[in-house]
Amino acid sequence: MMLRLLWLIPLLPFAGFLLNGLLGARYLTRRAVALVACAAVLASFAISVGAVLELHNFAPTPAETDAGSPARFTQTLFEWMPMGTTPEGADLTVRWGYSLDPLSAVMILVVTGIGFLIHVYSIGYMEHEPRAGFARFFSYLNLFMGMMLTLVLGASLPVVFVGWEGVGLCSYLLIGFWYDRMFDETTKMSCADAGRKAFITNRIGDVGFLLGMLLLFTAAGTLDIQAILARAGALGTGVCTAAALLLFLGACGKSAQIPLYVWLPDAMAGPTPVSALIHAATMVTAGVYVTCRMAPLYVQAPAAMLSVTVVGALTALFAAIIGTAQDDIKKVLAYSTVSQLGYMMLAAGVGAFSASIFHLMTHAFFKALLFLGAGSVIHAMSGEQNIWRMGGLRRHLPLTHATFAVAVLAIAGIPPFAGFFSKDAILAGVLALAGQAGSPALLAVWAAGVLTAGLTAFYMTRLYLLVFAGVPRMPEEARHHLHESPPVMTRPLIVLALGAAVAGFVGVPEFLGGGSLPNWLQVYLSGTVPSFHPDSGVIYLSEWSAMAIALLVSVAGIAAAWAMYGRRPLPAPAAAAEARGFVRLIKEKFFVDEAIDALVLAPYRWLCRASAAFDEKVVDGLVNAAAAATDLASQLLRLVQTGYVAGYAFAFFLGTVVVLFFVMR
Amino acid sequence: MIGMDDLAALMPMLLPAVGGVWILLMVALGQDRDIRWPALHALLFLILSGASAIFVLIHGCPGELLDGAILIDAPALLFHLIFIVVALLTVLTSANHLRAEGYAFGEFYALILFAVTGMSMMASSDSLLTIFLGLEILSISLYVLAGFTRDRVNAIEGALKYFLLGAFSTGFLLYGIALFYGASGRLDLRGIASQLSAERGGPVHPMMLAAAGLVLIGFAFKIAAVPFHFWAPDVYQGSMTPVAGFMAAGTKAAAFAALLRVLDVALRSDPMQARWSAVLHALAILTMIGGNVVALAQQNIKRMLAYSSIANAGYLLVGVVAGGAGGQGRSIVLFYLAVYSFMTIGAFSVAALLGRAGEGDQGFAIGAYAGLSRRRPWLAAAMAIFMLSLTGIPPTGGFMGKFYIFKAAVDAGQYDLAIIGLLASVVSAFYYLRIVVQMYVRDPGIESGPAPLRPSEALAIFAAAAATLWIGFFPSALLVIVQSRA
Amino acid sequence: MRVEFFLLMAALLFTIGCVGVLVRRNAIVILMCIELMLNAVNLTFAAFAHENQSMAGHVFVFFVMTVAAAEAAVGLAIVIALFRRRRTTDVEDASLMRW
Repeated sequence: MMLRLLWLIPLLPFAGFLLNGLLGARYLTRRAVALVACAAVLASFAISVGAVLELHNFAPTPAETDAGSPARFTQTLFEWMPMGTTPEGADLTVRWGYSLDPLSAVMILVVTGIGFLIHVYSIGYMEHEPRAGFARFFSYLNLFMGMMLTLVLGASLPVVFVGWEGVGLCSYLLIGFWYDRMFDETTKMSCADAGRKAFITNRIGDVGFLLGMLLLFTAAGTLDIQAILARAGALGTGVCTAAALLLFLGACGKSAQIPLYVWLPDAMAGPTPVSALIHAATMVTAGVYVTCRMAPLYVQAPAAMLSVTVVGALTALFAAIIGTAQDDIKKVLAYSTVSQLGYMMLAAGVGAFSASIFHLMTHAFFKALLFLGAGSVIHAMSGEQNIWRMGGLRRHLPLTHATFAVAVLAIAGIPPFAGFFSKDAILAGVLALAGQAGSPALLAVWAAGVLTAGLTAFYMTRLYLLVFAGVPRMPEEARHHLHESPPVMTRPLIVLALGAAVAGFVGVPEFLGGGSLPNWLQVYLSGTVPSFHPDSGVIYLSEWSAMAIALLVSVAGIAAAWAMYGRRPLPAPAAAAEARGFVRLIKEKFFVDEAIDALVLAPYRWLCRASAAFDEKVVDGLVNAAAAATDLASQLLRLVQTGYVAGYAFAFFLGTVVVLFFVMR
Repeated sequence: MIGMDDLAALMPMLLPAVGGVWILLMVALGQDRDIRWPALHALLFLILSGASAIFVLIHGCPGELLDGAILIDAPALLFHLIFIVVALLTVLTSANHLRAEGYAFGEFYALILFAVTGMSMMASSDSLLTIFLGLEILSISLYVLAGFTRDRVNAIEGALKYFLLGAFSTGFLLYGIALFYGASGRLDLRGIASQLSAERGGPVHPMMLAAAGLVLIGFAFKIAAVPFHFWAPDVYQGSMTPVAGFMAAGTKAAAFAALLRVLDVALRSDPMQARWSAVLHALAILTMIGGNVVALAQQNIKRMLAYSSIANAGYLLVGVVAGGAGGQGRSIVLFYLAVYSFMTIGAFSVAALLGRAGEGDQGFAIGAYAGLSRRRPWLAAAMAIFMLSLTGIPPTGGFMGKFYIFKAAVDAGQYDLAIIGLLASVVSAFYYLRIVVQMYVRDPGIESGPAPLRPSEALAIFAAAAATLWIGFFPSALLVIVQSRA
Repeated sequence: MRVEFFLLMAALLFTIGCVGVLVRRNAIVILMCIELMLNAVNLTFAAFAHENQSMAGHVFVFFVMTVAAAEAAVGLAIVIALFRRRRTTDVEDASLMRW
């Protein structure tokens, strides 16, 4: 049965990685490379679908049914690190196993499904790459898929961590894919530098993840996820809070929350399919996934939940503000991603975990669609990414335009597209918790969320208008190059657009659907993540009013963008250096990178230089002295081996005498 | 008399002996001077012997046989399997080597098989007589093998030194056995143990103590523990490289098998255990330090690997001291010996290939490895795996082996052994990784590269590399076998 | 005849043989000294066998003699090979490999 093949799901992309990686550059044709890579992911997707369907029929044991736990299938592959047992008898052995339950089911379907579409798209996007690079790209892409699936399916924290580190590595490899190119002329950042920035920022978060993992191991005596969660109640609030915060630090790194988000905009140095897959649909969601997975732990630690809420809300708003003034099509989308990730974290922070996953799912659809559409545009514009030099593309790129428009409506939260339902679920959750706690502060958070929705609608509409609407602003020669992308690129766009359109209907909230349209997703995930049933408390706003307000704000955002950018003449594009005041602040992304450089990195570099000097003189001095002493000892001792048998025999004899002396004492 | 079941249990030991005789006859009576036939026959007998060992392991070991001379139990068979693996790898790498060096004599394989027989006898013995016989069969075969390339000055010198010192140490060993016999009236290990336990309470008879000391020394010679190690560098350097590998892995395993047997069965009583434990403790420290420190200065790879093998004997001794001679100690030693066999023979096999390059001894210099990664990437990768494993760097098998040994040391409270062992490993990193650096960082030096790989050599080298990595990634497979049976 | 005499005699022979191995330079003489050591052990075995009224000791003597013969054969072959190649039987000359 399919569930037994669970282990194949991460393994097939690995096999693709090995095949393309070792043989692709020299021995395989482009077609073969593409076929191997896409087939691997498609096969994983097929097995995922089969496994998920079977999971539905998978009856848990009677004991589990009583406890109300959901269907879960765990497959232990082997004992990875036999560590024996503690004196108390707890089993310390670390096992390599995969586990499928509704939460990971949603994730693997999203990862493999959207991953497959992006793989297909990449065939067209990367066709101008020389064959070696083409093979390298697809092998990295497959490696990433394997690592991401390992992360999502891992049944114990070390397995998840392997996937966690693995996707970080792939992110680095793929961002710096064109390692010999410059990314940003003004800051002199090369693509390789961008990759390094991503890796190092992630690393800081990873320290948190590792420490959290170790803390949980020490406190709970096991690294198996379900075992840890079962014991979450017994661990005590202090341990839970510390562990939750540490894990959240890791999640901030991966999911680009404040203050570890700075790598994501620069990650746009990578090829656009990479941005779509890794930095929109999958890797960045790993932090959200882990937070939801460890939710029972977070539930025990209200302080941690509050931190998550605040960070998520701040990130959402902050990134949205920056996004309104960006001029590079991919940068706008990057900040948008940061902002939407903030939404997901916000939902998790207030306890609405299924809403968080819901938004993760819908965001995967429309953000991937947006990025792929942007890729289509960049492809048509022969590499131009500045939106002020685009315009009027709706005539030249009809399919791209249509799908992009669907995505914009989805992300802006316009019904009946997906984003409307998922964003509404989040905001409703915040409002409900605000009501339950009777806290005006949380009401402010809700207001921030609504404001962010408005800003999102604004900058996305701005993007749409400047790229597709109006008259073309590009030079004459470029206009001749404009052409719609080939079907291998547009067909995935269409599929994603369909998803962005209808995916929202799996999570229609109760009050809207009446009794006939249940909130499927919430029901599906119930039991896997803690349920969210806030008591009535204070009712600040009825659900209808809240939804209406949010919708109105979104429409207002669209209208404002229309007013500013939809009519001619367009405002002059203010270059970052010339803009003044608040606009300058936004354009320059609040000078965050520069601030980090001055406040954090510069003293750090000084410390590095001082440490290096100390290391060279003192530490190396000691080590070299020890090495020299050992070497001297070696040169001296070797002389004992004289080459004369008599000498050897004599040494033997002496040794015998000594041993006998000591034995017979 | 021997029953049919007993015969089946004796097969693992008998087959190599029969095979050796068979090959001798074949070589003497046949006209064909092609060395491949003896090699194939040797392979056949070895595989059959190994298969029969596995068969007996699965179907249950009969235990004592031949009136208490032989004891076939699970540890004995596990050791036997290690000997078979060592011999198989050696046979695979030696055929081409012999031909290339011009010594393509079939008697080589007969000697290898006889050596395996001797090893097997040492591991399955229950009596000092059997141990002695096995030891001598092994040693005499090795004396000849060491001097096989009899026109080489180094080989003759190596064989001479091995012979003289080996016979010398045999004299001491025999004297010890005689004293055991005198003190207890018995030659079998259990008899000695019962005599020792009968004396419990009073001080141990000095003759017993002297006997134990002398026997220990005899084994110390064979495993090349400091200060009984002086023969090893010269003998390894002088012998043909595959033979050196065979000696490094096989004799060590056999000697440890016999040593463990004697310590566990005969010298069980507490006062005895305290004494031999102390002696081995001191020997372990001396050996780890001596082996690793002197290895630093070596420029000839065979000599370097000889000192490495001495150092590894030190680590194994730590395992014996920390884990005891039975149960846990034995399983740790078995585990390490299994990994050690693969990585050492692998390293020697690669060294054999390189040794054929250049003039005379040029191929054995450290510098011969310069730039190997560019000329022969797969070969360099395999050698790198062996070097990393010998250093004890994860995720190789060598790391796992050392980890279990030092963990046992710490668990037993022998912190000094663990610390010295770790420091010694750090020192060893220099001379092992020096090879890796040469291979990957330097430019190729010698004009002619190493000899081309033939299928049998390739099979041996890459199988050894794969096994080393496998044990490193999934130690549990081997560990479970060793812990449950040993 | 007390058994101790035999044992003492054997020990003496063993020591003489030992010293011979350490001091003499001619390979064949060293070989003879080793044989002396082994025979001293044989004497020890025989003495103990007599004292313990056990046959095991006598049997062992036979084994030792056989093995010693085989060893001597091999040893002489090696010495002959040495002589053929280096025209010397002085072990001090066989010290090309050192340090």
